[in-house]
Order: sequence, then structure tokens, then C-alpha cells
Amino acid sequence: MNQKKLLLITLVIALFNVASMDHDATGQTIGFGNTIPQTLPKIVKIVGSGGARGLEAYQSGVLISAEGHLLTTWSYVLDSSVITVTTGDGYKYEATLVGFDPRLDIAILKIPVTGSSYFSIDNISTTVGGDRVLAFSNLYNVATGNEPVSIQQGFVSSVAKLSAVRGTWQSPYQGEAFFLDAMTNNPGATGGAVTDRNGNLIALIGKEMQDSRTNAWVNYGIPIESLRTSIRSIVDGKKQITTIAMDGQSKGPAEPMTLRLMGTSLVPDIVKRTPPYVDRVAAGSPAAKAGLLADDLIIEVDGVMTPSARDVKQRLSTIDRDAPVRLVVQRGNQFLDLTVKLSQ
Amino acid sequence: MNVTNSTLRLANALSVYLITFVALCHSLASAQKPDVDQRLLDAQERRIAAIAKATRSTISVFGPESQGGGSGVIISSDGFALTNYHVVESNGAFMNCSLPDGKLYRAVIVGIDPTGDVSLIQLLGRQDFPAAQIANSDDVAPGDACFAIGNPFLLATNFQPSVSWGIVSGTHRYQYPAGTLLEYADCIQTDAAINPGNSGGPLFNENGDLIGVNGRGSFEKRGRVNVGVGYAISINQINYFLDHLKSGRLIDHATLGATVASDQDGSVRVDEILETSDAWRKGLRYDDEIVSFGGRPIATVNQFKNVLGIFPKGFRVPLIYQREGETTEIVVRLTGVHATNQLSEIIEGKPLEQGGQPKPDDTPDPLPDPATPRDNDESKTAQARNPFSHMFVERTGFTNYYFNTINRDRIWQEFTKRSGDWRAVKQRWRIAATDDQGQEVLLLLGDEKSGIKIGDESWALDPKIDFSKQLYPPRSNGLLVALHYWRKMLVDGPMRFGDVIYFGSLPGEQPGMLSTLIATSGIVETWFLFAPDTNILDSVEMYPEINSAPCRVRFLEYRSEGKFLLPGIIEYLDRDGQKRNLTIKQIEFLTASPAGSEGGTR
Repeated sequence: MNQKKLLLITLVIALFNVASMDHDATGQTIGFGNTIPQTLPKIVKIVGSGGARGLEAYQSGVLISAEGHLLTTWSYVLDSSVITVTTGDGYKYEATLVGFDPRLDIAILKIPVTGSSYFSIDNISTTVGGDRVLAFSNLYNVATGNEPVSIQQGFVSSVAKLSAVRGTWQSPYQGEAFFLDAMTNNPGATGGAVTDRNGNLIALIGKEMQDSRTNAWVNYGIPIESLRTSIRSIVDGKKQITTIAMDGQSKGPAEPMTLRLMGTSLVPDIVKRTPPYVDRVAAGSPAAKAGLLADDLIIEVDGVMTPSARDVKQRLSTIDRDAPVRLVVQRGNQFLDLTVKLSQ
Repeated sequence: MNVTNSTLRLANALSVYLITFVALCHSLASAQKPDVDQRLLDAQERRIAAIAKATRSTISVFGPESQGGGSGVIISSDGFALTNYHVVESNGAFMNCSLPDGKLYRAVIVGIDPTGDVSLIQLLGRQDFPAAQIANSDDVAPGDACFAIGNPFLLATNFQPSVSWGIVSGTHRYQYPAGTLLEYADCIQTDAAINPGNSGGPLFNENGDLIGVNGRGSFEKRGRVNVGVGYAISINQINYFLDHLKSGRLIDHATLGATVASDQDGSVRVDEILETSDAWRKGLRYDDEIVSFGGRPIATVNQFKNVLGIFPKGFRVPLIYQREGETTEIVVRLTGVHATNQLSEIIEGKPLEQGGQPKPDDTPDPLPDPATPRDNDESKTAQARNPFSHMFVERTGFTNYYFNTINRDRIWQEFTKRSGDWRAVKQRWRIAATDDQGQEVLLLLGDEKSGIKIGDESWALDPKIDFSKQLYPPRSNGLLVALHYWRKMLVDGPMRFGDVIYFGSLPGEQPGMLSTLIATSGIVETWFLFAPDTNILDSVEMYPEINSAPCRVRFLEYRSEGKFLLPGIIEYLDRDGQKRNLTIKQIEFLTASPAGSEGGTR
């Protein structure tokens, strides 16, 4: 590296620091500059199923591509035939579910927009404890209609492993999280953004949870770093959902696999997107031999996500009955890989 | 570079602890001085100054026996202070308020606005109270720094209030009422900690200027403590209501007489409208699209409710609507949400015990404020010892009638000082004028009988018949009745007229507000609107019946004549909203003559 280049780099870094300090010099005590107006268009409000007491039918989401990809929390709100997304400019869209990752409790939705502003998920975050952050979400559904979402400010109190519960349900994500001193994790806030003071997305606001030891409600965000790989694989189509993959006219095998052949059945398929919970497993059946149990939730069939009972049946119809079927199931807090094989 | 970065981080972190640890922060900051940017230190100094400035006007509000408590803020040096309705609702007429200077002052209730959750009180015993500087809350934007000062959890036992710092999380928020009370329209949402006891306390911008009054939070499963979502009533809304609150009345909010709903295409349309409403009279109909209201564009129902929520009843507000591609602008007079006496029944029907008020999921925080018996012997003797006891007068429909009489008499004195002592001209008045068509007009106005002659036609009021049935001349909405009461008010004054109350300030046709007196005679209400800067009578509006179209009369081109200031032009709106002028040639005050001998004609 020659001296000129070194000087240039030093100068750029120095300028960057001066620029970031300028926020303090505007006379504003906080001085977020243009961060807030630039960030608000990247946050969306999501309305889906729910509405009963304690089960809000709304949550938040963040735009992560110019093509309308949205990152949000995987929750019952998305168990709806119609998911409505309101963007920062007040327009409403019907969203499609691209994919989800129950291990990280995230989902990717897509709305039909192009050229919208979005968060990059590629930034390498340098955020540490003590850093100032902003939180953007539609907590308590305060922002109805076309109103912009709510903003909160605070500091990263600590970075530590998440060990949190909601009732008997334990958070599937147990990695490092940003714990915040702001009251961010309120009803409807999940799926919202935690950004640094310059508006870079550093974490996704998680579900309302209590610390598993103290029962204290925790305010936290799951670092984008921990979600990046999964987000990419969903967006890139490596974790597609059957209904989308099967939109073509490709013909299935002559003798496809069925649930009956496997010796199992799912809970009654009463709504458009009934979650594929296992209802019964016949004793001695291939499913039983593979280790499938009643109440298991089928997450994937042969590498394809199956968010509904219909998706499971459709995916099975593409698989020859002689081939082994790989399942990923959620049992309580665990994720299990099972292989079902019809005996000859 | 690392050094700079970490120093910045440290400085950042330090700035937060400033509020609670000012002294600590100072010593650390000075220890770090060589490394800390001067601009950062300057910002800290500004924050210290803003908090010091804002703290001076913040008060704690306690019950008459210094029990319970909430917060408040002084807005003028004569001791007027704002707090929440739900803070004072069980306090009775007098209460105690503490200032950060360590002194406790007696305060009297002035006016309450139960729908807006605002009350006005007056601290007594000084004329130099430290008042907050008032900002324009429409300038507040999401992300702005702000701070709340108050008495959360009643911690201010040494009268030193607590400060909590945060940002504006959202503006123009709408929070639904409980029934018809405690509606937070167009409010400011903040993440500054708002806890029980902060109710009624001020929210300041970063300069320490008042932007709102805190009073509500979104609470749920975490108990009734701050969850990072507090709401403040905007100071601009309170400004619209301020003179109404000073009238000592029980203040009502407004309705358009029409409701709106979102259409499928996202437009906001009229889905119900009363035919008795002013909006209907001005041409608004079912399914018309509301484009703008109160000068704000309307795209959602909440935006419409936000506008409606910031104006008291009686205001005239511009409204633009669209029908079949055609845009029409009208100015609509808002009427009350509650019927006459309905509001006082709701308020008085409310048990004073805690927990008596309706509570939706998202209610204002109740204060740990035990009920206070209002009328037992003990409080009566306490009032007897109270040197300010004359400052509270009970009357139905009023919070404190005392303040109504004070304002009514002040306005009348200022008016008569400017325009003459009309008691001297108690006989009949004879006014000669010409109308727009050049016709001769003769008005004879007297105690019992008044008449008008235009060209060859004449009309006279029959005192034995309801005036609301004698709206002469035709198409004038009752010009003769309006002018009859105009003269009666001038020569009788509010004391002898009958029932005259101070209403507050209302926007007039010209920019600026007009102080309003309402004189009631039978079912006829006559509104007298005075320009506060010149003390002249700007206009009179006569309402023959509740919800009927008024006869609106403006008095123009005042000139001095003898001992009186007399109008040169009487301008009125006819039934089609067209302006009509009577140009006055002569006003004669007749000396005693046998009543009725001249009738309505010469």
C-alpha cells in the first residue's frame, strides 16, 4: 500500500467520524439527522390472523429488498389466507409467504412493489453494549391507517444469549441477542427494526418474552448477523414453499406417496392454511418406525417448507412412493430430521 | 481511530445519565475534557439549561388534604395551570399544589374538559408564578427529543419533580375515548417514561418549551407502569380550548353532525349526516368525499377525528368536499358532542370512588388518589377558613361559575368603556338606513316592540308570540330579532338582560379570536362577539332555536358620535349565505314617547 492510498483511507475514516459527530453539533441533543425520515419508509405494518384477547392480529416487518421482500417474525399472525401489509407511504398490499425458518422464528413475505427503499442485511454490524439504538415498530397498533410507525430510542444494555419463555413455550432462538433499555418488545412490535443511530438494520425486534429465570419481560432484538444465512436461503429460493414451487404444470409420479401409506394423518384441514400438526400415527406403520409422533408439526417435506396441511399433501404428491421421504418436524422446542420409508 | 470511537461512545453513554446524574456527569466530562468534543459539551449544557428552565413551571397537584396527587404545569404568571381532568375529578373546588421552590399553594378549579381530559386550575397567592414557555406543537416531529417532568409514583415528597427523557415516537395519534370521555385526539406519542403520577404534567421539547400535557399510556400485561408508550395532549389543542376553560364552564367537545367512514378505495366519505346540522345546511350530503377539514388534508378516519378532537364546540371550521368530481369549500359550525346537561349528568353520575370510571383496555392511568368527600361538614369548615372561598361558585353546567362572572363583567366593562354607557339611551332607537338595492330602511327598536320597514313593506315583533316564530324580514333568518336583542343587551347590560354567560373565544370572519358572551331569552340564544384588541362588538349571532340556522350580523365602520361609538354598516347573511348591507344614515335615540304609538312605521 503506497503512502498516498494510506493517507486517503485515513482521511476518509477521519471524515466519517467528523460526519457522525456532526449529529451532535446540530444543536440537537440527540441528533438523529435524517435517520428517522430515511428509515420510516423501510418499516411495514402487517395484519393477519388473531384478534382474540392477548393475540393481536398485527405485527411489524422490515423491507429487505427493492423487490418487496419483507423480513418479519414467524407467528400465528401469518397463519392467514390474507396477509395485509401497509407500507410507510400508507399503501396496502396483499403479501405472499415466501418462506420461513421456525428455528429462528423468522419469515419472509413478499409484496408486489419495485424500487422501494429497504435495509441492507449485508452490513457488518459493529454495535456493542452501550451503543445508542433506535427501534421502529407498530407497537400496540398505535399507528393505524396510513400513520408512520412508532419510534423509540435507547441503548444496548448488553449482548447476551437469549433464554426466554412465553408461558411454557421457549424461544427457539437461543443465540446472542441485543438487550435494550428501551421498552421495545410490546404487542405488535415483533418484526420491527432495531437500527443503529445511522439507520443501519442491526436486529429484528423479537416476540414478547420473559426471561426464563427471572420472569422479567425482556426487551431485545435478534441480530441480523444470526439471521442472514437463513434469510438468504429463503430469498434465494433454497427454502421454497410447495405451493409456489408447484405453480407450474409439472406432472407428479404415477404412484405418489400419501399420508395414508405412511400410516399417519394430520389434524382436520379446516382453514385454508391449517398448520400441519400430526393427529394420529398408526402403530407399526412406516411413520411410527421413523419416529413420528402425534402433535409433531411438519415443517419440511423433502427440503421444501410446508406451512399448511395442503402444502404437505401437495409436496407428498410429487414424491414417488418408493423413495424415502425426509421430514423436518418440530416437537415442542426441538427440531427433528426423520426419514419415512415404506417397507417392501 | 479506536480511541476516538470509544471516546465518542463514552460521551454518548454519558449524555444519557446526565438527567439523573448531572453532577457526576459534570465531573467525568471535565475529567475527559481534552478528548470530548466541545460541541458535545455545549449540547449537554443546553440540555441542563432546558431542564432547569422547564422544571420551574412544573407543579405537583394534591387533593385538598394534600392526599393523592398528579402533576401540572403553570402557563401564566397569574397562576393558571394545566393538568388532567382525571387528576382533579375527585379533588373538589380547592386543592394544593407544590412548586419546585418548595412552597405549597392553594389552587382553585377553573374549568374542566372531561372529553379532552384537561382541566384548568389557578394557583393563588402570587402574581409572579413561573410560567412555562409555550411552543407550537404542530412543529413537533417524530424523533425530536422531548422530556416529561412530573410526580411519578408521587416521589416528589420534597416537591422536586422527576425528569424523564425520550423522543417523540409519533405525532397526530388518535386514542379512542372511554364512552364519550377521555378522548386523546391528535396527541403526541413519546417513549419518555410516563407513569402514574405523571398525569397532567408537562411534556417539553428539547428547548424546555411546553408541547403537551401527559395523561395516558398504553398499558397491558406488565402492570400499570411505563411500557415506552405515553401520550400527551398537544398544547395547540389546549390553546383552542383555553379561553373556554377560563369561562368556568363544563367544556364540551365538538361534532360535525355527520360521521365519516373509509371507502374501499381509501377515500373518507360521509356515511351519516343529521339534517339539523350546520354541515347539512351548508350542502354536505351522504357519500360526499371529505378532502380537507380544518385546513388539513384528510385521507383516513383518524385524521378526521384528530381535527374534530382539537376544537371546542361552537368553532367554525373550513371543510372541503368532493362530489362527482366537483370540489366545494364550506365553513361549518361545530356543535356539542353532548346534549344540554348530558355532560354534567355524566360527570356528576360518576362515582367519586376509585375505579368508578369506565375502563377500556387502554385507559388513562388512574392516580393513586383516594376519594375525597365533597360536601361533608369537615370540608365546609375547611372552606370557611379558606381566604379564597369566594372564588368558587357552584352552578349546573359550570365547573366554577365564579370565573364566568369575572370574565363576563370584564368584557362588558371593556366594551362600555370603549363604546359608551348605553344605559343613558334606554328609550327607543330609530335607525334610518339604505339597503343594497337602494331602498329606504327604517328600524325602530324598543324594549317591548321592534319593527322594520323596507321600502313599502314593514314587519313588527309581537311580544306575545315566540320570537323564534317571527324571523322577519323574510329570508333574513331573523334580522329584526337579532337587532332587537342587540339593543336590549346594550341598554340593559348582561346583569339586567337575564341569563348572560361568557363562552370563551371563537374564530371570527377575520383572522383572530373573538370573546363571546351568550345571552339567552326563552329559547332564543344571542351570541355577542367582541374583538379583544379593540373591545368593539364585532358581530351578533342570533339562534332562534337549538341547531337552527343563525342570523349573523356584523357591525362595520364604527364611528364616534356624541358619547357613543356607532356602527356605520350593519352587514348580515341572508338565508342563501349572501352578504347584505344596511348602510346607516342616522341613529336616533328617542326621548320618552307613548309606547307603541309609532308602531313599525312612520
